[in-house]
Amino acid sequence: MDMPLSDRSTKDNRVDADIAEDTAHPLAIEARGLVKRFGGTLAVDGVDISVREGAIYGILGPNGAGKTTTLRMLLGIIDPDAGVRRVFGHDRPHEIAKLIGYLPEERGLYPAMKGVEAIAFMGALRGLPLDEGRRRGAELLENHGMGFAIERQIRAMSKGQAQTVQLLGTLVHRPRLVVLDEPFSGLDAINQGKLERMIRELAEGGTTVIFSTHVIHHAERLCEGVAIIAGGKVPYAGSVEAARDRIPAQVRLETRAREGAWLAALPQDARREGDFFHFSLPEAGIESLLKALIDGEAGILSLSIERAGLHDAFVHIAGEAAARALEADNAAEANR
Amino acid sequence: MSNTTATARLTTLQAAWVVARRDFLAILFSRAFIFFLLGPLFPIVVGGLAGGIGSKVQQQAAAIEIGVQMDAAQSAAMIDAATMLREDAGVAIPPLVPLAGKVATDAPEAILRERRGNYAAIVSGTPEAPVLTAPSDQMERFRGAVGLVAATAGGTSPSSFPEVATQEVVTSAADVKRNRVQTAQAGQMLLFLLTMLLGGMVLSNLVEEKGNKIIEVLAAAIPMDAVFLGKLFAMLAVSFVGIAVWGTVGVLIYLGSGWDMASFAAPAVGWPMFFAFAVIYFAMGYLILGSLFLSIGSMAATVREVQTLSMPVTMMQLLVFFFASYAMANPGSTIELAAAIFPFSSPFAMLARAAQSESLWPHALAIAWQALAVAVLVKAGATLFRRRVMQSGPRGARSGKRGFWRKRAADPAA
Repeated sequence: MDMPLSDRSTKDNRVDADIAEDTAHPLAIEARGLVKRFGGTLAVDGVDISVREGAIYGILGPNGAGKTTTLRMLLGIIDPDAGVRRVFGHDRPHEIAKLIGYLPEERGLYPAMKGVEAIAFMGALRGLPLDEGRRRGAELLENHGMGFAIERQIRAMSKGQAQTVQLLGTLVHRPRLVVLDEPFSGLDAINQGKLERMIRELAEGGTTVIFSTHVIHHAERLCEGVAIIAGGKVPYAGSVEAARDRIPAQVRLETRAREGAWLAALPQDARREGDFFHFSLPEAGIESLLKALIDGEAGILSLSIERAGLHDAFVHIAGEAAARALEADNAAEANR
Repeated sequence: MSNTTATARLTTLQAAWVVARRDFLAILFSRAFIFFLLGPLFPIVVGGLAGGIGSKVQQQAAAIEIGVQMDAAQSAAMIDAATMLREDAGVAIPPLVPLAGKVATDAPEAILRERRGNYAAIVSGTPEAPVLTAPSDQMERFRGAVGLVAATAGGTSPSSFPEVATQEVVTSAADVKRNRVQTAQAGQMLLFLLTMLLGGMVLSNLVEEKGNKIIEVLAAAIPMDAVFLGKLFAMLAVSFVGIAVWGTVGVLIYLGSGWDMASFAAPAVGWPMFFAFAVIYFAMGYLILGSLFLSIGSMAATVREVQTLSMPVTMMQLLVFFFASYAMANPGSTIELAAAIFPFSSPFAMLARAAQSESLWPHALAIAWQALAVAVLVKAGATLFRRRVMQSGPRGARSGKRGFWRKRAADPAA
């Protein structure tokens, strides 16, 4: 985080407190004040994250924001310069490697290996005996409609197929925590849908899933919690709902009358665009405003209240620059 | 920490085994391994053929003549008998020639020791009581033939054969030393070529791995020390397979070409012990050089970077080889001691010493010292590897030559 825990909003503190005190769902990941420098570059600056066991959690931010470095620190691939991280209560994540599955952003497989061997090898790295890895690997491939890949070399597979093999290799040892770095990157819409389903199934089975992404709608659809990261800082970490609540709901009002005393009842931030008025939902609610509009004979033609999406929350929390970077990443990926 | 998490990882050795097993099998069943095997076979085959031809030429030209030092009639009878046995009966008997010129009356042992003429052996005495004078390693080769020739010349064949008295020629110390130096040189050269070849292979294997982007998968799952150890020992195992294949081919060529190991003087510690030391010193030399190359590989992102970075090491290894070669020519000197102590030259220097000196205790000491150096270098290399390998990974690879120099300030954040 870019500010100490004590300086954060009451709502954020409440979210973290709720998480910490939820003994039925202990924390899978807890990070406090993670800092990482590379030479003179501050890559990650005081990241705080709490992820409950069994949750789906997203790290949301543009490329270069520090997502991968954060994940690498959480996994023990690199050590933080400052701060602490605990995975299942363990402050040396490497020592519980059998409990973790990791799909790095830069996908990597041995081109000469057959699909089933690649999965078994990845399982073996996490302590799964090779024979069992082969058995489970064949089963996983069959279940995902990739039986043809069992005996096929990686070099003979399409990029998407190889990515699926690597993902299955990440899961073959049945980890309690699955960490996916940009898992949707490079997948077509159909495979993205399959992956979303797979992530949900994992969580339903009690596995904690944490993934990084620069695509907001994946995080919005899947995650119960998100960390918004920009420039190495995490200005927000908590539930998706709480992030959306950071921005008041927006009201869109259409009236028959153009003028009248009822205009004085509209909130100060109301602005007129054509036939519509736009303004934030008053803290007191919509009821008193409705009464004033009816009494003032405004002639309400339509009124809608829209809750802010995660995208709006991201813009509000991370700022316009980060949002533009995120959109540029999405555009670049779409063009790839 | 719960009990489940207490053992929830592979030990470094278990993880190294997983990596080593994969690397070993992957390399063994790759096309590159075939070329790896074939590469050194070319010089072996060419060397074997050249050795075989040379050996034949040598046999025909000079060495396989037996001088006869008897009176004229007996000499003629012996020579006729040998000619008849060889040409009419097809018995493989080398030509016999009478001693001629100044050496005709010299003592046979002195003629051979001082190389007065090109005689492989000399027969003196009489056909009834022949005396064979020859170097110890040639004695058994000629003894039977001389007995048969003498019996034929004396007219007693095939009912009885005379007892052939023998007189061994003691080779001079200078000859022994000169010949053992040749053995030592050959051993050093072989050791140098093998370590350089395999050190280069382990390096390219690592670079390929970084290119495959598998390194982060490994780094996330197991200690980087294990990756380092696994790769190092997998290549050592591959090299033993290679050596076994090359050795077998070498033995076949040796058996088929008629080339004689006697071309090389027996090393001071004897051939079996010399081969054992060669294997041990090869392993030590390879592990020392391999850990150095792997450390370089951890810093390099591209093949071009590897070439740039490994060039000084290759040059250094060449200098080390020359240093060890120079030291070999000065046994017992301070330079030889320095070459035996300096870890990078120690395997070469000690193999040369095994060819030249009988004492075994310096080898025990040197092997312990080299093992210590291997442990230190492997540990240091693994530490460097762990620190650098994730900082010069895929992003560095994309940045090409600038990747290494940018590394310190690299920003792997994404």
